[in-house]
Amino acid sequence: MTDTPRLELIGITKAYPGVVANNNVSLRVMPGEIHALLGENGAGKSTLVKFIYGVQKADSGILKWEGEVTDIPNPNVARKLGVGMVFQHFSLFDAMTVEENISLGIAPELAKSGLTQRIIDISTQYGLPLEPDRYVHTLSVGERQRIEVVRCLLQDPQLLIMDEPTSVLTPQEVEVLFRTLRQLAADGVSILYISHKLQEIKDLCHTATIMRMGEVVADCNPAEETPRSMAEMMMGGNLTPPERTGKAVPGEPQLIVKALNVASSHSHGTDLKDIDFQVRAGEVLGIAGIAGNGQQELMDVLSGEVLVSDPESIIIDGNPVGASGPNQRRSVGMTFVPEERLGHGAVPQMSLWENAFLSGATRMNLLNNGFMRIKQSEEYAATIVEEFRVKTPGIANVAESLSGGNLQKFIIGREILQKPGIIIALQPTWGVDAGSAAAIRQSLIDLAANGAAVLVISQDLEELFEIADRLSVICEGRLSPGRNTEEVNVEEIGLLMGGISSEPITEVAAHAD
Amino acid sequence: MIDFVVLVLLTIITASTPLVFAAIGEIVVEKAGVLNLGVEGMMIVGAIGAFAVAVTTGDATLAILAGALSGLVLAFIFGFLTLYLLSNQVATGLALTLFGIGFSALLGNGFVGQTYGGLPHLDIPILSDLPIVGQLIFGQDILVYLSVVSAIGVTWFLGRTRWGLAVRAVGENHDAAHSIGFSVALIRMGAVLFGGAMAGLGGAYLSLAHTPLWVENMTAGRGWIALALVVFASWKPWRAFFGAYLFGGITIIQLHAQGFGLDVPSQILSMLPYLATIVVLVLISRDDSRLRLSAPACLGRSFHASG
Amino acid sequence: MLIRLEPRAEASRAMVYQSPLIAVVLTLIAGMIMFRIMGTDPLQAVHAFFIEPISTLDGVAELLVKATPLILIGVGLSLGFQANIWNIGAEGQLTLGAIFGGVVALAFFDVESVFLLPAMLIAGIIGGMLWAAVPAFLKARYNTNEILTSLMLVYVSFLLLSFLITGPLRDPDGFNFPESRLFHDSAVLPIILEGTRLHIGFLVALLFAVLAWLMIVKHIIGFQIKVIGMAPAAASFAGFKEKKLIWLTLLISGGAAGLAGAIEVSGPIGQVIPVVSPGYGFTAIIVAFLGRLNPVGVILAGILMALTYLGGDSAQITMNLPNAVTGVFQGMLLFFLLASDVLIRYRIRLGALRVREVTPRQEGVT
Repeated sequence: MTDTPRLELIGITKAYPGVVANNNVSLRVMPGEIHALLGENGAGKSTLVKFIYGVQKADSGILKWEGEVTDIPNPNVARKLGVGMVFQHFSLFDAMTVEENISLGIAPELAKSGLTQRIIDISTQYGLPLEPDRYVHTLSVGERQRIEVVRCLLQDPQLLIMDEPTSVLTPQEVEVLFRTLRQLAADGVSILYISHKLQEIKDLCHTATIMRMGEVVADCNPAEETPRSMAEMMMGGNLTPPERTGKAVPGEPQLIVKALNVASSHSHGTDLKDIDFQVRAGEVLGIAGIAGNGQQELMDVLSGEVLVSDPESIIIDGNPVGASGPNQRRSVGMTFVPEERLGHGAVPQMSLWENAFLSGATRMNLLNNGFMRIKQSEEYAATIVEEFRVKTPGIANVAESLSGGNLQKFIIGREILQKPGIIIALQPTWGVDAGSAAAIRQSLIDLAANGAAVLVISQDLEELFEIADRLSVICEGRLSPGRNTEEVNVEEIGLLMGGISSEPITEVAAHAD
Repeated sequence: MIDFVVLVLLTIITASTPLVFAAIGEIVVEKAGVLNLGVEGMMIVGAIGAFAVAVTTGDATLAILAGALSGLVLAFIFGFLTLYLLSNQVATGLALTLFGIGFSALLGNGFVGQTYGGLPHLDIPILSDLPIVGQLIFGQDILVYLSVVSAIGVTWFLGRTRWGLAVRAVGENHDAAHSIGFSVALIRMGAVLFGGAMAGLGGAYLSLAHTPLWVENMTAGRGWIALALVVFASWKPWRAFFGAYLFGGITIIQLHAQGFGLDVPSQILSMLPYLATIVVLVLISRDDSRLRLSAPACLGRSFHASG
Repeated sequence: MLIRLEPRAEASRAMVYQSPLIAVVLTLIAGMIMFRIMGTDPLQAVHAFFIEPISTLDGVAELLVKATPLILIGVGLSLGFQANIWNIGAEGQLTLGAIFGGVVALAFFDVESVFLLPAMLIAGIIGGMLWAAVPAFLKARYNTNEILTSLMLVYVSFLLLSFLITGPLRDPDGFNFPESRLFHDSAVLPIILEGTRLHIGFLVALLFAVLAWLMIVKHIIGFQIKVIGMAPAAASFAGFKEKKLIWLTLLISGGAAGLAGAIEVSGPIGQVIPVVSPGYGFTAIIVAFLGRLNPVGVILAGILMALTYLGGDSAQITMNLPNAVTGVFQGMLLFFLLASDVLIRYRIRLGALRVREVTPRQEGVT
C-alpha cells in the first residue's frame, strides 16, 4: 500500500436553506480500504457522497484524488476517474431492461457491442447473477441492487461508494454482498461504506468516520470499538432503550384479518395472499419484511384506502369493515400512520392545524354541518404539539417546514390522541433522528400498555425486537404466523424475510404451538 | 369510380399529414417526461409563419423552414418556463395555446385573403406514372414524404440510439437519470424543441398544402387531436402514424358523406372527428393498467436538481 | 451559472400575491415593445388600450358587463384547478348554457312572466352542467383525460349552435340570417345602472364568488378540494372520495359557465347568435390563475381581463390596431404570471456560489 490516499476531502461545506448539511468535513480513504461513513439519518452522509460523485456541488472545500486537487463537476467525470456509486434509492429505470440500464450508466465507449457478455462475465466473477434481457420491474430489490453493483464494476472502479446498501437486504443477502466487497478490497479497490448499522460496520470496515449534524465527530477503528461506543459517538449521548411499564395482559382481539387476498393496485406491486392474523388489546404486533413484499398493499387494505369485497375479511372491534372507507374505520376505533410523512400522512403545504383536521375530523368531532370547526382544530393541533414535544414556532406553520422527526411526532401524536382501539403504523421511525425515534417507540409501547392494540409494520428489525410482543414476517405478499418475540432470533426472522422454503417454517411454527 | 377513390385517398393523406407531424413530435416530448399541451398553439404559429414566408418570398423550402422555426420558438418559451422556471406544465401548455392563437391572428392580420399556389409535388420519375399508386405514393409533396420519414426516424431514435435511450430515461425516472449524470433539463429541452418544430411543420402543411391560405384558428383543434393520438398510440410512433390516418379518414369520409346523398346536416357530420377523439380516448383509458405501464412514469412532473 | 434558483425552506405567501403584479408590469413593458415594433407610439397605444376604454361611466359599466362571464367562469374553474381537475372546455359549456337559455326564451317567446328569466338562467346552468357531465362521467368511470374530452366538446358545441341557428332557432322573419328572434323584454336581464348596459348578472357573479370563497375557506368540501390538489395520497388517507370531487368540481364549473352563457344571451346580446362569446371560456382560464385560484382574486382578475377586451376594441377603433392584440396580451400575461410564480417556491440568487450563514438544524436533508 502507498501512503497517498486514494481520496481526500478537506473542509467540505454545503448548506441548504435553513440547514448546514456538511460543515467543514474532512476524511481520507486509502487504496484497498473499506472505510465506513457512519451517522444518523440527517447527519449529512448522503450529501457528502453525492458531492464526491459529482451529483451535487459543495459551497467550499477541496477534493484530492490520488493526491491531486480535482474538481468533479458531474458523474461522468467521477466515472472517468474511477469512482462508482451504488445509490440508496436505486438509479434504475423500471421500464427498461437490465442491459439498457447498465449501458446508460457507463461511459459510451463501454456501452458498445459485447456489453451483454461482459455483464455476464462480471456478474459470475463476483457471484452476482444477472440476466441482461430481463426488465427491471420484474426483479426483486436484491437483484436490482446487483445491477447497480455490476454497473460500477464494469468500469473498473478505484473507489466504490455504497450508500446504505443493506437496508433492503436479508441478513443472508448481506453476507453475500460482504463477500463481494471484501474480494474487491483485496483487489485494491477502496470502498466508502455508508451506514448507520453498527454491527455491520464492525464486521466489515477497516476504518470509520463518524458524523453528527453535518460535522465529523470522530475517526476510529471499528474493530477496537463496541457498537455501543460507536452509537454514543454517533448520537452524542447515552442510549436509553424504551421502557416497558409492566406487561398488560392481552385482551380481546381489536383487529381480526381473515383470508385476505388482494391484487396490488400499484404497477409492479405485490399481491397479498391468504393474510390471516389478529391483534389483541394491549399487545404490539410487529410485521417484519424487506421493502416491496406487500407492506404498502397491506397498509392500504387495512387503512381502507383500498377496499375489499368481503366486509368480514377485516374486523375492527367486532365491526366488519372490509368494504368501508378510512373514516368509517376511524369511527369504530382505528387510526393509522402511513409511511410517507409529506404527501400522505400530512399535506406539505398546509398548516399544522389543517393537518390535525385532516385525520382528526371524525374522531375529534371537528365538523359542524359540513363546516370546519376551526377553533377546535387549532386547539387540537396545539395539544398535539405540546404533549408530543413537537418543535415548531406555531400551529399556523406548514407541515413541510418541520424536520422529519418533528413532523413524525406530530402525526403519531395526532393519531394517538384520538384514543384509538387499534393503531397501525408503517415504518413509524423511518428517516427520523434517534431522539424522535425513541420518543415515538415509547409512545407506541405506552399506548399498548394502556390497553390499545398496536400493529407496527417495519423493515427495521432492531426496532421490532425492541417494541413488539409478537412478530410476523411478510414475504412476497404472504404473512408468516406470529411468534412471541422472546422465542425467536434474528436469524430465523432473516430466513423468513428471504422467503426460505415454507416447510422449515411450518415446522418451526408447529414447535411454537 | 377508381378516380374517385384515388381522390378520396389523396385527401385522406392531406388531412392526416399535419396530425402525423404533431403527434410524432409530441411523442418525443412526452417520452422525455414533458406534457406540452401547447401543440395547437405551436401548430397555428407554424401555419402563419410558413404562410407569411411563402407569400412574401415564394420559396417553398424557406416557408417550410419558417414553419418549423416558428413552432420551435414557441416551444422554447414553453421549455424555458417549465424546465428552468419550473412552472406547471399543464398551465403553461394552455398558455402556449392561448398565446399562439392570439399571436398568429396578429401576425396573420395582413395575410387574410392572400393565396399561395401550394407545395410543389415531388414526382418520382417513372414510379409516379404508375396507375393509381403512382400519384398516391410517388407523387406527393416533400412534407408528406418527410412525415413518413419522421415516423420511421423517431421509432429508430427512441428504440435504437443511446440518446433515444437517454430521452426515455429522463421520462422514466428523472432523479435516477440525474444521478447517473444526464442533464435532465437539457435533454428535455431538446425534446421540447423537436416537438415544437414538428408541430410547426404540421401547421406549415396546413397553410401550404392542405388549404393554402390563411384563416384565423385554421388548425381547428388538430393540435388537441394530436395530443389524443399520442395516448391512443400508447406513445409508439408507428401507432400514432396509423392513428393519424384513421382520423384523417374520418375527417374526409365526413366531407364526402354528403356527396353520397346522406341527408345529415353538415354541422353534425363535422362533429365526427371530435366525437371520435372522445370515443378513442375512452376506449384506450378504460384499460387503466396498460395505460399506466406505457405512459412515461415522470410525465408532467417538474424536476429541479438541488445544489 | 450567474443566475440560479434556490429553493425556499417554505413557500412564500407574500409572493403569491406579488407575482400577479409583477406579471402585469412585465406584460405592459412587453406590450409597449410590441407596439413599438408594430410602428405605433407605445404610450399612445397603451393609453388607447388601457385608459381610454374606462374613462367614462359607460366604459366602466361595459367593463363590468364583460367581467361578469369571466368572473363566473373563472371562479368555477378555480375550484377544479385547485383539485387538479382541468376543465378547459368552459367555452363549450358556456355555449350550451346560451343554447339552453335561448331555447327557453324562444319557446316562451310571447309569455310575459317573472318566472321566465329565472327559468332561462336555470336552463343555462343545466345546459352547462350536462356538457360538463360528459368529461366528469368519463373521468370518474374510465379515467379519461378531462382536458382533451372537455376541449373536444367545445368544437362540438360550436357546431351544434351553428346547426341550431341555421335551422330550428332561426328567426322566421329574419331573411335567412343565422340569428334568432330578439328576446321579449321579460327575457332580458334588468339593468342596474340606468343608461348603461350593466345588468343584474354582475351581482350574480359577485354573489357566486363570495359563496365559493366561503366554501373554500370554511367548508369541508373546499378543504377536500385543496387537499386532493396538493396531495392526492393525503386525500385518500383522509378518506376523501376523488370521484365525488371530480363530479362536483366539473358540475360546478360547467354550471357556472352555462349560467354565464345564459346571462350573455339574456343580457348584453338579447338573442341567440352564431358566436355568443369572444372566447370568455378560455380567457377565464387565465383569470383563474391570475386570481390565484381564489374567488376574491378572481373578481379582480376578471375585471382586469375584461379590460383587455375593451382595450382591443378601443385600439382598433382609435388607432387601427388589429383586434388580435387582445389575445396576445392575454397570452403574455399568463406567461409572465407563470414565470413570476417560480418566486413563490424559489428565490433567485445572483453571482457565484458562496457560503451562507445559516443556523444548523438538528436534522434535515441528507
